Amino acid sequence: MTRRYSAWTLAKEGLRGHAGWQPAWRSPAPKPSYDAVIIGGGGHGLATAYYLAKNHGIRNVAVIEKAWLGGGNTGRNTTTIRSNYFYPESVALYDFALKLYEGLGRELNYNIMFSQRGVLTVAHSEGEMEIAARIVNAMQINGTDAELLTPAQALDKAPLLNRDPRARYPVFGAVWQGRAGVARHDAVAWGYARAADGLGVDIIQDCEVTDFLVENGRCTGVETTRGTIRARSVGLAVAGHSSVLAAKAGFQLPIQSYSLQAMVSEPVKPCLDTVVLYMGTGTYLFQSDKGEIVVGGGLDRVPSYAQRGNPPMQRTVLSGMLEMFPSFGQLKMLRQWAGNVDVVPDSSPLIGPSPLPGLYLNCGWGTGGFKSIPAGGWLLAHLMATGSHHAVSRPFDLDRFVTGRLVDEAAGSGIAH
Amino acid sequence: MQLFPCPFCGPRDETEFQFATEAGKTRPEPAAEVSAERWTKYLYLKDNPKGPTREVWLHVTCGEFFLMERDTVSHAVAGSQALGGDPR
Ligand SMILES: Cc1cc2nc3c(=O)[nH]c(=O)nc-3n(C[C@H](O)[C@H](O)[C@H](O)COP(=O)(O)OP(=O)(O)OC[C@H]3O[C@@H](n4cnc5c(N)ncnc54)[C@H](O)[C@@H]3O)c2cc1C
Ligand SMILES: [Zn+2]
Repeated sequence: MTRRYSAWTLAKEGLRGHAGWQPAWRSPAPKPSYDAVIIGGGGHGLATAYYLAKNHGIRNVAVIEKAWLGGGNTGRNTTTIRSNYFYPESVALYDFALKLYEGLGRELNYNIMFSQRGVLTVAHSEGEMEIAARIVNAMQINGTDAELLTPAQALDKAPLLNRDPRARYPVFGAVWQGRAGVARHDAVAWGYARAADGLGVDIIQDCEVTDFLVENGRCTGVETTRGTIRARSVGLAVAGHSSVLAAKAGFQLPIQSYSLQAMVSEPVKPCLDTVVLYMGTGTYLFQSDKGEIVVGGGLDRVPSYAQRGNPPMQRTVLSGMLEMFPSFGQLKMLRQWAGNVDVVPDSSPLIGPSPLPGLYLNCGWGTGGFKSIPAGGWLLAHLMATGSHHAVSRPFDLDRFVTGRLVDEAAGSGIAH
Repeated sequence: MQLFPCPFCGPRDETEFQFATEAGKTRPEPAAEVSAERWTKYLYLKDNPKGPTREVWLHVTCGEFFLMERDTVSHAVAGSQALGGDPR
């Protein structure tokens, strides 16, 4: 049986009709008890399981997923990875994630197709250029790469951008983060799943957590559609469903669930080799390796669990695309979909102990948590293994809503998450 | 495009409306005696239910806040009423 992926094993298996490949992970029945159980088989849950095994030697671990791996937001997201945030706490978090992404394909022995093609955030007025300069300064002071581009430099990065002098949103300049980029969403979930499975983690799909076991005021496991599973430590990484599970555990969260949608066009020849975001339209897009134009924008305005998306935002996103790239008016859109994202008032995540002892949170990533999967997993694993915060996750504790020490990225970095 | 029923203007396009908050939140008083935890609950914590919900919405066009009952999965609207007024 062949487990390791390499050019050599590919060639060898090619000669043997690819009959020797081992499944990427097992599908075991749940055991009655584990050292740690993680609810949610998205990127954050799977990464948590991997780092529990890898960093802390805790291998008697299960990931419980109600549907299929990565079928939540992870498999629906537009995969932009960047760390262009404003506050030091945020840059420490997102740049940690970006650094882990830079070595992840090799670490997991799985091609996550991480392509550091840069993100171009375009400004349209002198006022926005001042905001852009402020963001660039903050990023540089926080130790991450950022450049302020002139209009000519910005147009050079994306030559098809609207050059009409009468454009509603002219190109006045841009913020450039060259280390940012995109990765393959499924591959991140599958890569972590395969690596975690290799370290002994049980990945259990088609198993919904329906309630919590609470003994002496402490969470001691979960009730599932496949029976009771006991655990010393339980992690919650269910994104848009965090409030539903919090209610079962007896507490509320500062989260509102919304739909976030995206679309792809038919595949076309290579014409765009970076990710472009317009401050004015809130629309962002890039070209996938298959040639499709992947386009997204802001949240639907109606609180929702529908995973469907309403027409007004489609119109906003597509009209934004046409403003940015008039030539894309020729494209035919192929697919539209939505995820169920967990939005927090200060647009920063919630990582830390929950009000129920023994249950730990990793949620509130809202529209931007794909980029942080390696860090979110690393930090939740640290919490579950040690019972206390890693320095990077401390500012993102739930207690900031009591102390008032918010990490207000919605206002701070002026970017649509 | 979905239509939402404003109790004052009748059915109007969803783009004319803005979500305000979950219904049933009462400002704790007197302010000086309210603990930080109680403010947190009032200002930030939500039920965020999956399924039927009661919410306060703003019809931006006429400027009125009102109550709306709807379902967060199907998006079906069960009804709306003026704040403190009769159902309609
Ligand atoms: C359209 C769209 C575009 C996006 N674009 C970007 C982007 O460009 N860059 C970026 O960084 N982020 C982006 N995001 C956000 C990103 O996708 C999420 O923040 C991230 O994937 C969250 O990962 P997760 O593991 O926390 O959640 P998910 O991947 O949603 O995983 C949660 C899992 O929990 C499971 N679950 C729920 N309830 C239960 C239960 N009771 N029992 C068991 N399992 C349960 C779900 O089935 C799901 O698989 C985008 C999101 C969307 C929807
Ligand atoms: Zn009205």
